[in-house]
Amino acid sequence: MALPARRYANALVIGVTGRLDQDNCDAFRADLMAHVETAAHDGGAVILDLSALEYVSSAGLRCFMLASRQAKAQHGRIFVAALQAMVAEIFEISHFNLVFQVFPTVREALAAASNEAAAAFDKA
Amino acid sequence: MGMRIRFWGTRGSIPVALTSYDIRDRLARALVEASGRTFASYEEAHAFASTELDFSVTHTFGGHTPCVELDTGGEEYFVCDMGSGARPFGVHVLAKQARRPATVNVFMSHVHWDHIMGFPFFGPAYVPGTRIRIHSCHDVCEQAFRLQQAAPCFPVDFSQLAAAIEFVKLEPDRPQEVAGLTVTPHLQLHSGDSYGYRFEKDGKRVVYSTDSEHKLENRAEAENFAAFFRDADVVIFDAMYALADAISVKADWGHSSNIVGVELCQMANARHLVLFHHEPANDDATLEGLLKEARRFEELTRAGNPLKVSAAWDGLEIEP
Repeated sequence: MALPARRYANALVIGVTGRLDQDNCDAFRADLMAHVETAAHDGGAVILDLSALEYVSSAGLRCFMLASRQAKAQHGRIFVAALQAMVAEIFEISHFNLVFQVFPTVREALAAASNEAAAAFDKA
Repeated sequence: MGMRIRFWGTRGSIPVALTSYDIRDRLARALVEASGRTFASYEEAHAFASTELDFSVTHTFGGHTPCVELDTGGEEYFVCDMGSGARPFGVHVLAKQARRPATVNVFMSHVHWDHIMGFPFFGPAYVPGTRIRIHSCHDVCEQAFRLQQAAPCFPVDFSQLAAAIEFVKLEPDRPQEVAGLTVTPHLQLHSGDSYGYRFEKDGKRVVYSTDSEHKLENRAEAENFAAFFRDADVVIFDAMYALADAISVKADWGHSSNIVGVELCQMANARHLVLFHHEPANDDATLEGLLKEARRFEELTRAGNPLKVSAAWDGLEIEP
């Protein structure tokens, strides 16, 4: 799974696409952890743009959880945004909506990260 | 007669009882539901309660810690674990036997306290002529049963029990015949190890898999359990937590979630998932919520045959 990242001020927006399950979660987790470390080092946040994520299994959700733990340990932040209806429902069913801050759009997640990140998004 | 599963104890860790507050709440809700109706007799009122009121008013998930009977219709009894549900199970055995001595085959997932605490209150253990065979894969099984009845913890020492009690060591992953039932134990991830059991008889397959954590990153482990659950008619599954809890604050506590239960049963093409070993801190409404969420997850992720999803409660009976 390719993990394209877009930078807006000190926030990294990472697009997650397709299906995230046991078949690809190891590679995804390695990529994601690297992004989380970079963002934390810069004192910024990671926004997971899930608009192109069609399905996430328990193994995929675990990757999000591990990334969240790493972000907290490194004083970073991680938000999720733009969930498709099915993924949003899986977040609720698994109670991940109680663990993560979920935003309807990437723009709103960036605004929660910092004014600079939202401004950079608006200019782009 | 085919196989029948009776749930005598379904709660994990420690028994849980309804409180007086809970009883009054249910009475008030039943009265509101019955508003405007009159009942000429207790029987009429009982029929109303049995057929028209919601599960949340008329039932509770309970209750006792794990004890699940497999009734094969034969003379001998089969039961998984001796949690506090073993006490009412023992009452059932004594009533059914009507003074005839019983033979009871017990299968122990492990010997943590919630799975053995009912044995000192298991009535047939005090009846001469009763035969009790306690099957386990643990070397410490007999030691644990004796220890919990040793002074100063309990007034009746294990050696004073009247029944003939035998401890039988089983070998993991090897199908073994026990009184006409084919039994296959399987190692599970839990503190001190636990074992699930796959029971087969007359084409029916029942899996009892409690106190078992599943590490989601390990595909081989998932396939291993899918093989153990393969084509089961019923899988009784440790669904103690919601997924987010199971893999965060309660990771490495040795338990699993409703969501992972659905995923493994779907992989295994099982027919009926029964959520089991309920978290003692969860009230009935929370447990109903977890059941609804598991059912919805099954709908969302269904690729093959539908998987029936239930939540076990003390008194539930299922025919596989």
